[in-house]
Amino acid sequence: MLEVTTDWYLTLSAILFSIGFFGMMIRRNALIMFMCIELMLNAVNLTFISASRHFGQIDGQVAVFFVLVVAAAEVVVGLAIIVSIFRKQSSASVDVLNLSRG
Amino acid sequence: MFEVILFLIPSSLIIIGALIVIFAKNPVHNAMGLVMTLVSIAIIYITLNATFVAMVQMLVYAGAVMTLFLFVIMMIGVDKKEQSKESIKGQTFLVSGVFLILISTLVYVAISSEFRWDLWFDAVEFTVEGTPQLIAGTLFTSWIFPFEIISILLIVATAAAIALAYDTQRKKEDA
Repeated sequence: MLEVTTDWYLTLSAILFSIGFFGMMIRRNALIMFMCIELMLNAVNLTFISASRHFGQIDGQVAVFFVLVVAAAEVVVGLAIIVSIFRKQSSASVDVLNLSRG
Repeated sequence: MFEVILFLIPSSLIIIGALIVIFAKNPVHNAMGLVMTLVSIAIIYITLNATFVAMVQMLVYAGAVMTLFLFVIMMIGVDKKEQSKESIKGQTFLVSGVFLILISTLVYVAISSEFRWDLWFDAVEFTVEGTPQLIAGTLFTSWIFPFEIISILLIVATAAAIALAYDTQRKKEDA
């Protein structure tokens, strides 16, 4: 009988994290890159929750809240930066951002 | 069997949504793919007995964060002509190689029995229900110090976002 074990959730989380990494590396639109960061953070949250069930501990679910708050703060600040850059450069592409000669 | 179906349908939706996020050309479509992924992850949380976290995931991620994303897409416009030329030579080829190494390593770690991640704790038979009472009881006792710090972080982030997005140029024109 096929049974859903913790390994299945961990595998799904690994695949999701890798897809997020891939997107982060190949896209140049700063907004899309932020979405890929969200994908990776969600993969980590999935790992926390499945470990929480595996060990019967609630702390994993509490840790997800902290990841959630940090993700929300990061999105707020990041999108504000994108908007203020867009006012100057009228583009959201990261290739245009060479103000500090990077 | 029902349990397996309840895992496979949301997980395939998660993968499809993630692929839409990284391959769609229109940013609004990317955002919709991300919504699909986040909602499916909430369903997975429910199957993992984390009901409260699933609700918070729906409210905060699929609700607030995605609204913020769509709002910014509205503000800066849909930029379809993302230049496809590589600024770094062979970028896609290199990233594909790193991607393959990363995904094979992570999946191997996840499924191999050599990596004993239950070496320190034993897997338990009983399941822990992620009810609001249980989570709050842990959050406000043993996690109270991180909780206070994270509240300061939220205030700082809000203030920083206002300071960053504030249009000083327009202020001068108005005056």
